[in-house]
Amino acid sequence: MPSETLKEQVIRISGVNPLKCMRCGKCSGSCPSYEDMEYHPHQFAYMVEKGEIEKLMNSDSIYKCLTCFACVERCPRNVEPAKLVEAVRLVKIRQQGANHLKAESIPEKLDAELPQQAIVSAFRKYSK
Amino acid sequence: MKISYYPGCTLKTKAKELDRYGRESAKALGVELEELENWQCCGGVYPTGKDEIATKLSSVRTLENAKKNGGKLVTLCSACHNVLKQVNEEIKTNEDFAFRANNYSKFDEEYHGETEVIHYLEMLRDTVGFDEIKKKVVKPFKGVKIGAYYGCLLLRPSKVMQMDNPENPKIIEDFIRAIGGEPVIYPYRNECCGGYVTMEDKNIAVKKSSAIMESAGSFGADLMVTACPLCLYNLTQNGGGSVPVKYFTELLAEALGVKEED
Amino acid sequence: MQRIGVFVCHCGTNIAGTVDVKAVAEALKNEQGVVFSTEYQYMCSEAGQSIIKNAIKEHKLTGVVVCSCSPRMHEATFRKTASSAGLNPYMVEIANIREQCSWIHKDMEKATEKAIILGRAAIAKVHLNAPLTAGESPVVKRALVIGGGIAGIQTALDIADAGFEVDIVEKKPTIGGKMTQLDKTFPTLDCAACILTPKMVDCAQNEKIKIYSYSEVESVSGFVGNFSVKIRKKARYVDETKCTGCGLCTEKCPMKKVPNEFNLGMNNRSAIYIPFAQAVPKIATIDPDHCNMLKNGKCGVCAKICTAGAINYKQEDEIVEEKYGAIIAATGYNPINLDKYDEFAYSQSKDVITSLEFERLTNAAGPTSGKLLRPSDGVHPHTIVFVQCVGSRCGAEDSKGGKSYCSKICCMYTAKHAMLTREKYPDTDVYVFYIDVRTPGKNFDEFYRRAAEEYGVHYIKGMVGKVMPQADGKLLVQGSDLIAGEQLKINADLVVLAAAIEPDKSARPLATMLTASMDTNDFFTEAHPKLRPVESPTAGIFLSGACQGPKDIPETVSQASAAAAKAIGLLCKDKLTCNPCVAHSDEMMCNGCSQCEKVCPYGAISYEDKEFRMPNRTTAIRRVAKVNPAVCQGCGACTVTCPSGAMDLNGFSNRQIMAEVDAICR
Repeated sequence: MPSETLKEQVIRISGVNPLKCMRCGKCSGSCPSYEDMEYHPHQFAYMVEKGEIEKLMNSDSIYKCLTCFACVERCPRNVEPAKLVEAVRLVKIRQQGANHLKAESIPEKLDAELPQQAIVSAFRKYSK
Repeated sequence: MKISYYPGCTLKTKAKELDRYGRESAKALGVELEELENWQCCGGVYPTGKDEIATKLSSVRTLENAKKNGGKLVTLCSACHNVLKQVNEEIKTNEDFAFRANNYSKFDEEYHGETEVIHYLEMLRDTVGFDEIKKKVVKPFKGVKIGAYYGCLLLRPSKVMQMDNPENPKIIEDFIRAIGGEPVIYPYRNECCGGYVTMEDKNIAVKKSSAIMESAGSFGADLMVTACPLCLYNLTQNGGGSVPVKYFTELLAEALGVKEED
Repeated sequence: MQRIGVFVCHCGTNIAGTVDVKAVAEALKNEQGVVFSTEYQYMCSEAGQSIIKNAIKEHKLTGVVVCSCSPRMHEATFRKTASSAGLNPYMVEIANIREQCSWIHKDMEKATEKAIILGRAAIAKVHLNAPLTAGESPVVKRALVIGGGIAGIQTALDIADAGFEVDIVEKKPTIGGKMTQLDKTFPTLDCAACILTPKMVDCAQNEKIKIYSYSEVESVSGFVGNFSVKIRKKARYVDETKCTGCGLCTEKCPMKKVPNEFNLGMNNRSAIYIPFAQAVPKIATIDPDHCNMLKNGKCGVCAKICTAGAINYKQEDEIVEEKYGAIIAATGYNPINLDKYDEFAYSQSKDVITSLEFERLTNAAGPTSGKLLRPSDGVHPHTIVFVQCVGSRCGAEDSKGGKSYCSKICCMYTAKHAMLTREKYPDTDVYVFYIDVRTPGKNFDEFYRRAAEEYGVHYIKGMVGKVMPQADGKLLVQGSDLIAGEQLKINADLVVLAAAIEPDKSARPLATMLTASMDTNDFFTEAHPKLRPVESPTAGIFLSGACQGPKDIPETVSQASAAAAKAIGLLCKDKLTCNPCVAHSDEMMCNGCSQCEKVCPYGAISYEDKEFRMPNRTTAIRRVAKVNPAVCQGCGACTVTCPSGAMDLNGFSNRQIMAEVDAICR
């Protein structure tokens, strides 16, 4: 059996069919992280469809999504862009040594008020 | 009335007040929150990957535990609420996940999403009733303009959360009215505060939280309430601090006259 | 014993591409009673029909089986062919080996086997066919148009022009429909009222046209050429024959705080009202939900001041029954409810409005006398954002239940709104967020380009994510500009939403009454999407305007005239040939249980007491079913319901059906 392509992995992990996207841009019109992303939610749908997964994997955009689900909520065609962002991130961080958040970096990020919920969540999202 | 209760990790440490006021208020309203034995951390965020199994198992254990203890589970932290509801929906609707999770867990009886997960606010609305609360308020927040901060986790995805209108919610506003306050409607109440991204890029959390605080302030909010420790952190630490932010349970306890001063 | 001919059609490659037609003709040759079997490229062609005719004569055929397309397509063709060769047309049977075989299968071997079996079943049926003779029924030379918008008006005028009587039933107090609420019409920008109101007056003055305003269809029975319709004339508490439409009552009525539906609730009207100055008929109507006299007996001002003595608080609904030969549905559309689109803040801000509300805000007869003012504070807006496709073009799993279709009219009316705003108020910035600009229509794209090029309307390819009402009263519009690759934030004064349109809510119950079919969106279905676009599959029912699908005015008027032409074609006939395939009951077997009467959708079955001879020279009176062949449509519901097997259908008898099943199972 031929090995799964990156595109196939992203589609399987996300459960998203990028072909449903009609390119209206409502996701990117909703995204609170828009300004901090190189590739925006609608581009995730388009680039996954085109198979340009590596570009996405190597972009910081995959760490800027807040998983706030505004794009999922408002998409008129139920494409669920946030799930694509997460799937690309998973494909990346599941690689050996590709953890984005490392335990040794935590102490410098701590402050007295930071709830551990933030640390647990960040590890869930950024590391394997 | 007894209902199973899931506090979550942060409510045992940084957000003790959210928990304590929540329990005391519930008691005053005739509900005993019975903490689940041996609960584990939910993971803080819902992993959306279809093949993520292990990261959802602690939530499955919690849900199965609640099924054996009355079948209804109250959560208070917005994040726990979001994770538990989403995992519950997934095990109910995704056969593959249900098979794998049950296969690994080996419960006495397979779990398929039988537990009903509700947020504390839903308990106030649907089990106790806001009218009932109104009657028990001894110290109303008269004339206080309070901005509800929902964030993202309470409402979205609305298909699963099924709590309120995700674009124009009213459950916290109704709560504010019940305790005698005056709700302030502002457009950023359902915008994300930046959440866990504060660990990755504090700047994003600062931008998002400040916009929320400014918006609430511009509509004249004297006070903001939230149900989420991470939101409270971001709004107070990263949002500029122009308006005080409190847990809604603290206001409830105060209104009901059960708030013990430390 | 029948002498049967079998004719297998290739339909080009439609059938022959998947079915081995030669093998089918060859296999069916061996069936009992088959004396001739052949295949041909296009059986429906002149040459194909000649093959059938010659075979009938040459082989003295008593029955014909054509293995071809659906009987809906060519059954009538082949019946005519048989008839012209001297064979009774009802001795022809069609085996559908196209839609039910070649089009849906890929495996040639299996499809061929299935085609043979379908042919076999048809042959088994023909063995039991008997010649049938069609009867005739008269045509009532009067048409009913349901809905009095521009579609209904045009249809009625055309039918009346051809010399036939036509009634319009309109549920509102006046005819005119949505078009009365529009300001200007694209792409020529002529005033809607100026072109519509003369047509409304024509309707009122045409002696062939009768308008039942403020009325609704209550029930429909009968069949093509012979419909019987009950119309409920709702009580308007005003005597139509006396009211002169002077309007004094509407001025003096003390209850003036009723939301005015004509202006979409943006201003108020009185409890007794005339919708607008050019209403037809221009008669006052009392709104019983708001009239103090009707609610609690305390008022009576209108009755006191009406010099014509037209007010009648005791008026009741009246049911009128009329006969019609043809019925035309013209029930129109409405914009969808935007309650679920709160990301655009429609229910949170008065300054977020629908496009139809925008029409009223720019109309001289509207709440602002045509001055474009913000609803919240009456200030002139300097930045306006139009959002297209609100609730249109949504996926099946859309959480808001949006429509899957394109509403078709929004791109053009938005271009019109944008252009007119820029023309009248050059100091106003106008933005249009679009997914695609769709302008297929005569002079449509040129119109849109003019809005962009000559009037400087900012067209932005992208969608608005959220509209945020600000503390200073402005609306912060956040959306994407996909071409610039930016997320835009525009501080707007007014946001206009192009809401999807949907069929009027009255269409669904009406379709049930008419036994006319609808699609999942509640648009009426046409008999054929290309070739019979203005007819319902139910005979005698025609479709006019947006009740069949989203349409602009030119298209609506074209369809309205087309529907009228079809209706006139029917009304011209003195008699209609009936379908002889109707039900009949075996009186000896019928036990009078009434079950068939209950299931008959056409009301064709009645009961009579009949005297029967019994043993020993006695008689007994028994209640038995009787079918009115002129009303029966041959649906067969009674035959499957009848517990004693007394009901049977000509041309589809129980024996014939069983013979087909046996042949298939052989």
